Amino acid sequence: MTPSLHDQAGVYLAVAAFLLAAGIYGLIRRRTFIGMLISGEIIFSAAALNVMALNRFAAPDPVVGQVFVLFIMGLAAAEVAITLSIIIAVYRNYRSIHSKEVSELEG
Amino acid sequence: MIPGSSFLVGAIFAVIVATTVAGSLIAVLSTRIIRSVTGLALCCIGLAGLYYFLGSPFLALMEILIYVGAVCVTIVFGVMLSEPDEPRPPALRGRELAWGIGAILVSAAVFLGAVRLSGRWTASVSDLGRQSAAAPAATDGSVRAIGISLLTTYSLPFELISLVLLVAILGALVIARGGRSRQ
Repeated sequence: MTPSLHDQAGVYLAVAAFLLAAGIYGLIRRRTFIGMLISGEIIFSAAALNVMALNRFAAPDPVVGQVFVLFIMGLAAAEVAITLSIIIAVYRNYRSIHSKEVSELEG
Repeated sequence: MIPGSSFLVGAIFAVIVATTVAGSLIAVLSTRIIRSVTGLALCCIGLAGLYYFLGSPFLALMEILIYVGAVCVTIVFGVMLSEPDEPRPPALRGRELAWGIGAILVSAAVFLGAVRLSGRWTASVSDLGRQSAAAPAATDGSVRAIGISLLTTYSLPFELISLVLLVAILGALVIARGGRSRQ
């Protein structure tokens, strides 16, 4: 008898792969920095879901994956704070956060 | 055991997976940025459900608390402070659409061919459950076990991540304050 759908690792791994693909697509397609930031968050979530699925189905100690995903969440939160402050600083200088218009660098 | 409860669990799982997928699609495909943020929140709620099914209610709570409660609200503040709406992308022409469909077909064929040739994907994935059933669990994975391991085995990364968060907060304050004129 095959286990039910929520007891198979393949389902979770497929959802994580879909999230990764969607995040990469958004990262390429988006033209504003906030849209790219949101896509990056989806990629982070895909990595965390992958770690949690392998933790549930393959790791001998169920604590390891949860601690690792907690660290991923902390780093993602720090990344969002830094990125949003950079976006606000860029908007103050350029009056735009479209990635095509922000193309000059000054030392 | 209630009759039909396995069907109910399967239906709830399907709803959660659909929420995750739909949320990520909304986040990536919509043109208005505020809808995109809403899609990210929906996707994170679905992910919290997936974490619950993976046996970690604590992480499900943390996902909702951190992502929906903190990250999405912060991004909404960023949206309000700038004007991020992007122009509608030009409609796909037939030639580009044909190239896209061709790329999808080729990549699907390569993936299926590799799986069929090696035959290891299905074997290794269905082995995963059996291995964990064979090996006895070292801990029960409860919140208590997480706290103990955070303060013993992983105490150094735990302290380091608090340092990273502190530096990130200070850096965000300094960067966002940069070009502001003194009143």
